[in-house]
Amino acid sequence: MLTLATRPNYRTLLDGHVLRQDNPDALALAYVQTEKPDIVLTRAAFQDEVAAHAAALRYLGIQPDDLVVIAHTQNLESIFCFWGALLLGAVPSMFPTLTEKLDPAVYMQSVAELVRLSHVKAVLTTDAFAPDLRAVVSCAVYASSDLHKAAHIEMTPHAKAPQAIAFLQHSSGTTGLQKGVALSHEAVLNQLASYSDALDLREDDVIVSWLPLYHDMGLIAGFILPLVQGIPLVLMSPFDWVKHPALLLKAMHQFGGTLTWMPNFAYNHMARRIRQRDLEGIRLDRLRAFINCSEPVRADSHALFLERFHTLGVCPEHLAVSYAMAENTFAVTQTRLGEVVNIDRVDQRRLQEELLAMPVHPDDAFAAAHVSCGTPIHNTQVKVVDAHGQTLPDRYVGEIMVKSDCMLTAYYQRPDLQPFDHEGWYATGDRGYLVNGAVYVIGRSKDLIINAGKNVYPQDIEAIVNTIHGVHAGRVVAFGVPDEREGTELIAVIAEVDDDDPQLKQRISQAIRYRVAQQTDVTVTYVVLVPLGWLIKTSSGKISRSKNRDKWLAER
Amino acid sequence: MTEDTVRDMLRAYICQQLIRDAEYPLTDDEGIITGGLMDSFSLAELAVYAEQAFGVYIPDPDLTVEKMNTLNQIVARVMRDL
Repeated sequence: MLTLATRPNYRTLLDGHVLRQDNPDALALAYVQTEKPDIVLTRAAFQDEVAAHAAALRYLGIQPDDLVVIAHTQNLESIFCFWGALLLGAVPSMFPTLTEKLDPAVYMQSVAELVRLSHVKAVLTTDAFAPDLRAVVSCAVYASSDLHKAAHIEMTPHAKAPQAIAFLQHSSGTTGLQKGVALSHEAVLNQLASYSDALDLREDDVIVSWLPLYHDMGLIAGFILPLVQGIPLVLMSPFDWVKHPALLLKAMHQFGGTLTWMPNFAYNHMARRIRQRDLEGIRLDRLRAFINCSEPVRADSHALFLERFHTLGVCPEHLAVSYAMAENTFAVTQTRLGEVVNIDRVDQRRLQEELLAMPVHPDDAFAAAHVSCGTPIHNTQVKVVDAHGQTLPDRYVGEIMVKSDCMLTAYYQRPDLQPFDHEGWYATGDRGYLVNGAVYVIGRSKDLIINAGKNVYPQDIEAIVNTIHGVHAGRVVAFGVPDEREGTELIAVIAEVDDDDPQLKQRISQAIRYRVAQQTDVTVTYVVLVPLGWLIKTSSGKISRSKNRDKWLAER
Repeated sequence: MTEDTVRDMLRAYICQQLIRDAEYPLTDDEGIITGGLMDSFSLAELAVYAEQAFGVYIPDPDLTVEKMNTLNQIVARVMRDL
């Protein structure tokens, strides 16, 4: 396996075990689906598919270092295209998938925008999307049938330098598309070695994942990690899982799953929305950890999950936490598997007023619970700094900074965006504090909303609402509201309108929800229409998201 | 239980619990998911509610946006097995 000790033996991701010739009958990947038979692939079968896709891409003219965008629904073909592109030395990027809510025209336009911004060589997609995409993008579009028709030619894997870019990660939305995180083979392998060490990863581990592959948690932990390490991966579509959340537990039972990653909302979703009848016969006897990652971790979500699933064999020491970001490939920290995660109860007043996280008795009226994210993985350093960049001692709240051997090379083709300071530190935009090396994340200095594990930029939502008839352009604010029931931030929009006619306001509300869902695929839970002058502006004349959020919460 | 009762109960549940606005004037044929009123996560919750409130089991293949996007569709699916 790839470990800190064996790391020098691996040059690029093509040295990953799933592509090695030994052990051809080992399980590489199983794809499970509701009401359909499982698709099970051995390493040999996986290698054949990847080689065939690489040969087809080469035949279609894809060259080493070409950027290839994969805009599929989540399926096996997108996986083979990703590894096929890597085999060729091309640079693949998984694009978010089209959903039922999203307007297909808007989706196609966002692919076109990425093509324009990043000089994409080709878009790989389904036969259904291809004709519409061809009409709007300025590069080649290859559908599934084009790949299957392509003559198979001899193709030898392209050996890249370890420092060469392996793939890109994008977050969704207008803002996210403009910042492709470019990761080198070296950085990704460093991350996998350090993270495997933090997980005490074993050859008999089995990773089960419902996560989308266009997001760092799904792409790295739930896809590249098991395939490079040569341990079985059991995958499903996130759209299938979200409607049938018991599918994850059934797959873990069936394949002996040991590790799975999910954002905090998923703990609430599964605890609240799985029917008892769907749990009959399910045991998680090989479980090592559910790892909570990519949105703020709530102690009450873990408690809810344990209460619901302890009869399946889930214990407190199975609930682990990681703090991660695409810019560090994935994990920055990890709690120790097999140990109960620490919950730090601090005085909320002193936290707000003095930016100091002082422990208090759990029964204190002002106690706020913060769940530990664990300590940094090997070769990753974390510090917390104040507004002047000065390093803070333990328990003082500031911005979290990260420095490691697995960071992005750059934002792809964006020399104007410098990710690091002069000492190589990356400012995360997250706020938190340290206690004896353990990281506690308490919020963000940026206005980013994390809804169900997905990064949502409020400016993207505001831009859409600004165009809606009846809304005062420029007099709109969007923000997140933490919600105990859902275990995530829900999205609220406040917009100033002229008219007080209830029917007209109803139509404006409907238009806001509909247009935001169509264009961004997120749901606005709270639409608040207010009269002109309601929104608070800062001294510089900008509308303040945080002040208006506080005002609305106080008036509710 | 009559169809009107089922409709009233489902409408109240969807507005209060899922849309988070008890006053929302939800119409019978409005796209609840495609209209951006609730997430597709909520389909799984409707299945739990249908079983608790009406004793109706809606199997997984029926829990799709295509089949459960409007109040009319959801009421019809519950009434079919009530």
